[in-house]
Amino acid sequence: MIEKTDVIIIGAGPVGLFAIFELGLLNISCHVIDNLDKPGGQCAELYPEKPIYDIPSRVSITGQQLTDDLLAQAKPFKPVYHLNQQVEKIAKMESNEWLVETSLNNKIRAKCIVIAAGAGSFVPRKIPLENLDLIEEKNILYAVRNKSILEGKDILIAGGGDSALDWTNELSKIANVTLMHRRKEFRAAPDSVSKMLELEKDKKVSFLLGQIHNIEELKNNKIKVLVKNNDEIQSFEVDYLLPFFGLKMELGPIANWGLNLMENLIKVDTEKFETSVPSIFAIGDINTYPGKLKLILSGFHEAALMAQECFKYCFPDKKNVFRYTTSSKDLHKKLNSS
Amino acid sequence: MKIRVIDRDGNKHELEGDSNSTLMEILRDADLDIEAACGGCCACATCHVYINDQWLEKISPKDDDEESMLDQAFDVKNTSRLSCQISLSDELDGIELEIAKD
Repeated sequence: MIEKTDVIIIGAGPVGLFAIFELGLLNISCHVIDNLDKPGGQCAELYPEKPIYDIPSRVSITGQQLTDDLLAQAKPFKPVYHLNQQVEKIAKMESNEWLVETSLNNKIRAKCIVIAAGAGSFVPRKIPLENLDLIEEKNILYAVRNKSILEGKDILIAGGGDSALDWTNELSKIANVTLMHRRKEFRAAPDSVSKMLELEKDKKVSFLLGQIHNIEELKNNKIKVLVKNNDEIQSFEVDYLLPFFGLKMELGPIANWGLNLMENLIKVDTEKFETSVPSIFAIGDINTYPGKLKLILSGFHEAALMAQECFKYCFPDKKNVFRYTTSSKDLHKKLNSS
Repeated sequence: MKIRVIDRDGNKHELEGDSNSTLMEILRDADLDIEAACGGCCACATCHVYINDQWLEKISPKDDDEESMLDQAFDVKNTSRLSCQISLSDELDGIELEIAKD
């Protein structure tokens, strides 16, 4: 089934969320796609607790508060969120609409695409060793999609955060798990940490102090992980290595859509914030133009101007009457009915 | 104020620092391929550097936040620091460091 909307926003960070509002004011409906499991982008993923001081009228606001408020502000316009997925492909349809396909095989068509993807999508940080490609396909899992392949296997989990601890605890039920971290302190939920320490005491998981030094492929489908602790190197033979070193940002498939780029940023004009491809817009940290400042407030401004141009694509026969939110009856009706 | 840097390819650079900046800002603005994804609020580990031993003790020690973020870095050593957490001062004139792999 192909879903239909007016505009597809790629990225549910602060600028993507505010774009829902600005488009909504002009009666333009939106679907929003994000690779993370929650809206908020960098604000929610990297610094939910850190205060931001340059949002107009907000003396100080945390990344999470800002996200929550933007979600509330966008809610009356009934956006549809598609989380945990990345846009893989875009194609122009005969109807002149865009057909967008996500990594979870969702298909959505729309008249415009708004890229508000910040520094790109969050993907797991990979091990910075060379010549890992072959092993990465077979023996290294940066995310667990199918637990059953791990049953009864020897597994080395690397990292000291929530993902590392949660998977250690979970997989200890079905596999032979060793958790490796550079220190015996963890930045994870206290519950998960105490559970792990209990499992270690009961000899249901092993803990290993050290860091990944090198990885070699073995003939028996296993890998040899060389683990370094201070200057000592030990080697471990395992079926799977699960590294959890947090997330990093990558431009991803957007780079292949034929948009004019400059150093991994998308070039736009400063009147409409449209890219080199008509009806595809780019707003927020992902775009570039002379004088660009990567500020949330700049992204908000870009969203408002982008919406004016989107209106022309969405309603080519209608006249766009400029209205302030203080006096828009239409808007007040929407806000009251939500 | 001079900052002496070895980049990921082993090339040496001498940068001009100032006491209003953090080490990360100087490295980033010199295009030394330091990602600094979070912009300097100690919320990622993409500005990881190794400080030359003899300079290490002149820098204020790392706090819990920085130590935790280093958990996301690879090949962490005793000399590892996140460069966004190092404020430059005249005392650090001539500091030597190496950018860690990413």
